Amino acid sequence: MSVTRRRFLKLGLTTLAGIGGAMALDGFWRGSAEASEVLTDQKALKAKHWAMVIDSDRLKSAENVQRMIDACHRTHNVPDFGNSKDEIKWMGTETYEHAFPGQENGYLNEGIKEKLFPVLCNHCENPACVRVCPTQATFKRPDGIVAMDYHRCIGCRFCMAACAFGARSFNFRDPRPFIKQVNPDFPTRTKGVVEKCNFCVERLEKGLPPACVEASNGALIFGDLDDPNSEVRQVLATHYSIRRKPELGTEPSVYYLIGGGEEHA
Amino acid sequence: MYKGGRIIAGLLLFACLALMPFLINIGKAAAKPSPQVNTPFIQQLTTQTCVESAAFMKTEHMQLLNQWRDAALRDGKTVYVNSQGQSFPISLENSCLKCHSNPQQFCNTCHTYAAVKPYCWDCHNQGGTRQ
Ligand code: SF4
Ligand code: SF4
Repeated sequence: MSVTRRRFLKLGLTTLAGIGGAMALDGFWRGSAEASEVLTDQKALKAKHWAMVIDSDRLKSAENVQRMIDACHRTHNVPDFGNSKDEIKWMGTETYEHAFPGQENGYLNEGIKEKLFPVLCNHCENPACVRVCPTQATFKRPDGIVAMDYHRCIGCRFCMAACAFGARSFNFRDPRPFIKQVNPDFPTRTKGVVEKCNFCVERLEKGLPPACVEASNGALIFGDLDDPNSEVRQVLATHYSIRRKPELGTEPSVYYLIGGGEEHA
Repeated sequence: MYKGGRIIAGLLLFACLALMPFLINIGKAAAKPSPQVNTPFIQQLTTQTCVESAAFMKTEHMQLLNQWRDAALRDGKTVYVNSQGQSFPISLENSCLKCHSNPQQFCNTCHTYAAVKPYCWDCHNQGGTRQ
């Protein structure tokens, strides 16, 4: 009895399919170690919606603000290129007129007109940067933090165009030689990626408050906007607050207390 | 054959050029990579094992690193519990490089052999604070 052509083809194809299937399954199973799992650190601070309140009355001088910026930039290995063209900043400063355009007028009190307000990524509830990022390198976490995965950033800078707050900077050059003192516990960035404030997610995960909050002497209040008993909610409930460019609908999570002079609780 | 001699000479020349890399390297096998694991930190360990078995790490470390990255960055999961139930911080600086403080003699040996160029060190610092 000889093997018919039809039977030969059938047998051949079944064998090939079997081998292919086994290889695919093998690859699939080996993809993860059996019985391993990933957990959240027990020390981690948790929230449904992280938010920040900046009490501008408590920031009496430019040094107060600079101390916070330095703390942030030291913690996160932010380079200093020494020129504004290449500048990278996670936290910066703006005048009232530039931070809150449309809310200025010609007769603003001198204190407010001259004051430099700290500005940073607003961790918007409706972030424009996330919508435009083609690689999901920028994404919004369930706790409200707009985070970045620098591994995925292709440097297209769509996010910089989309963000109306100037919160993002681009690494035109290798930042490493321009970091005065490298914090070995946090990575640096590389040429060709965008970077911005991460609400100190790496510190929250270890149970620590953000670096700027720690350096602010109480001028910055950080907490869960979804928790009515949190300090941010209590401060917002008892003080008049504004946000940057609310008309754009991105719903910033950074609030500013302006004027009034009275200190919060 | 019209201009047969030239064609054959040309073909021979081409064959020589194409085979050149093989001919030159005949008998010169590249040394087998030998990654070094005798760093001071590893020597102090009572049981000298990685987060998973050496066999698993050899074949799957890249998948594991991808899982670690996504777990830590996207889901805020920063603790890895291995198949033996031991836990480790998910961190290149504070887990991997704490032991493998010699990436030049460890990571690079195999990667160079396989002509793979990892760019981890472009951003990640070699050796965080020992915790
Ligand atoms: S401030 Fe800009 S970078 Fe930050 S979340 Fe909003 S749109 Fe994105
Ligand atoms: S520059 Fe990077 S983060 Fe920004 S949109 Fe492009 S890929 Fe996304």
